[in-house]
Amino acid sequence: MRAAVSSHLNFGRSVHVVRVLRGRLSALFDRLSIFIGLALAVLALGIAGLSLASGKYPIALADVLGALAGQGDDMVRMIVVEWRLPRVALAFLLGGALAMSGAIFQSLTRNPLGSPDIIGFSAGSYTGALMVILLLSGGYYETAAGALIGGIVTAIAVYLLAYRRGVQGFRLIVVGIGVAAMLSAFNAWMIREADLQVAMSAAIWGAGSLNGLGFEQLAPVAIVLCVVVPLTLFLARPMRQLEIGDDAARASGVDANRTRLLLMVLGVALTATVTAVAGPISFIALAAPQIAKRLTRASGVTLIPSALTGGLLLLAADWTTQHAFGVQLPVGVMTVSIGGLYFIWLLIREGHK
Amino acid sequence: MTGSQFGLGRLHADNVTLRYDERTISRNLSVAVPDGSFTVIVGPNACGKSTLLRALSRLLVPASGQVILDSRSISDLSAKDVARRLGLLPQSSIAPEGIAVADLVARGRYPHQSFFRQWSKADEESVIAAMEATRVTDLSGRLVDELSGGQRQRVWIAMVLAQETPILLLDEPTTFLDIAHQIELMDLLAELNRQGRTIVAVLHDLNHACRYASHLIAMKDGAIVAEGNPSAIVTERLVKDVFGLPSVIIPDPVSNTPLIVPKGRQVAPVVHLDTSARAGKERHRD
Repeated sequence: MRAAVSSHLNFGRSVHVVRVLRGRLSALFDRLSIFIGLALAVLALGIAGLSLASGKYPIALADVLGALAGQGDDMVRMIVVEWRLPRVALAFLLGGALAMSGAIFQSLTRNPLGSPDIIGFSAGSYTGALMVILLLSGGYYETAAGALIGGIVTAIAVYLLAYRRGVQGFRLIVVGIGVAAMLSAFNAWMIREADLQVAMSAAIWGAGSLNGLGFEQLAPVAIVLCVVVPLTLFLARPMRQLEIGDDAARASGVDANRTRLLLMVLGVALTATVTAVAGPISFIALAAPQIAKRLTRASGVTLIPSALTGGLLLLAADWTTQHAFGVQLPVGVMTVSIGGLYFIWLLIREGHK
Repeated sequence: MTGSQFGLGRLHADNVTLRYDERTISRNLSVAVPDGSFTVIVGPNACGKSTLLRALSRLLVPASGQVILDSRSISDLSAKDVARRLGLLPQSSIAPEGIAVADLVARGRYPHQSFFRQWSKADEESVIAAMEATRVTDLSGRLVDELSGGQRQRVWIAMVLAQETPILLLDEPTTFLDIAHQIELMDLLAELNRQGRTIVAVLHDLNHACRYASHLIAMKDGAIVAEGNPSAIVTERLVKDVFGLPSVIIPDPVSNTPLIVPKGRQVAPVVHLDTSARAGKERHRD
């Protein structure tokens, strides 16, 4: 029956098949995605280098590389490795984590608006953090814990409110937007009731910022990502399969409800981690997966290109807010602007269709 | 591979009660799909035919009773295990925006793949064979969004074929297709059936059902009213019972299977008999 089989299939795009160990390991790679991925990684490295070099004490790029290799003068090494490197690494990792979380939710809801900052998780984290800042006068770690709890509780509430024999994407978005609106109103009310000084620090936290972050934050973030990212990548195949519709995916062997619940837990963990560390940095989760999708011309959101795009975006946003305006702004201010540009671009693009 | 010792075939439902939340669709329903048959399920809207198909494919867990696949309760089998034996084309499938035909067809290989084996030689061969069987090879690199309804439906069938299952279930595969594409699709299913696959389809068109089915199941209010070879069971009385539709049944001039000619309610019986006689003459002239 399969006598006249040609060796290659036309996917309408250039693919690369890898089969090793007598076919025990096999994969299909999309050449454009790999090229874009590499390009994004190179760009990210470039901006990381630039960020390590710039600041109050400008350091030549050669000295930056020397310091990273453990050479050069102590002072330069301290500035590059101990002061600037953790922040640069965090910008990349947090941006990547946000984008991956956005990709998960956009895939599950089959909707480009289904990102964690739209469906209320960020607003919930903010509520948690505000309660700690205003009611308990908590410090950094207490605020982080409050944000973590707020985000997770909100996620559970949205999930349960949207639940009807499993969770359907569109209902999740509508319920999430409603919950986000109510929480935002509550947050605004809380800030209004607070003392001016406290309210200002709460508002700064609420913008999302990488200011003052160092190794103490990098270590826990790295540990969480080491667990969550591989699990997410492991679920990439069933996630992609769910995009053809619940019934079709289930009929082809996907345990839809379990896969979705696991992915949501992972997505919430990613967003909650970022928010706990740096506050609700908005729009990376929303924009990065869609930008990556357009760049790779993929049919759905893809995890790794999204993560690389998100990392690159936050690195670039952080460099800009630190060095482009003369004053240090919270990085969230910049990502909101990115989000605005993204929406304008999206509107123009859809308008031309 | 011959199914249970009772000779019921590989796939059958035993005394199943099917329910969505509190709404009971079927009570104590038993049905067997004969091996190698082209089974067609017909019945009025909301009679429970799609629900039965969902139960047979493990998408719906019966409130009581069980569905048996290869002598085992289907709920004891893993989703992937079922998906390697039984393919389903549901009504509500979504083609992701911007997906190419070959990519969508390749999604049918899911139950044969794993994290480490994402694209084996067998995967590639099955996808190519499935696209050839449904004649979509030339569309391979095209985007599914750009295809016509008929082409798109063939692509979906290719996806289920790539799953390489001996049993194929299809929920209203011809809906939204024009008459020529409907016939083309039914011919394709008949061909797949001749090649040895067991086919179960839910159809709306009674005449298609009569022409193509080797085994017809007529349902009403969640229960089976009649089942068997269409020529043996389709009568004017059955059509009236199941659909509440008065009709005249004549032999299909092409396939000699029952052809249902609805009387309709607006037309007076006398006038109707007259036109049917004239229609008969015209057909003879052909």
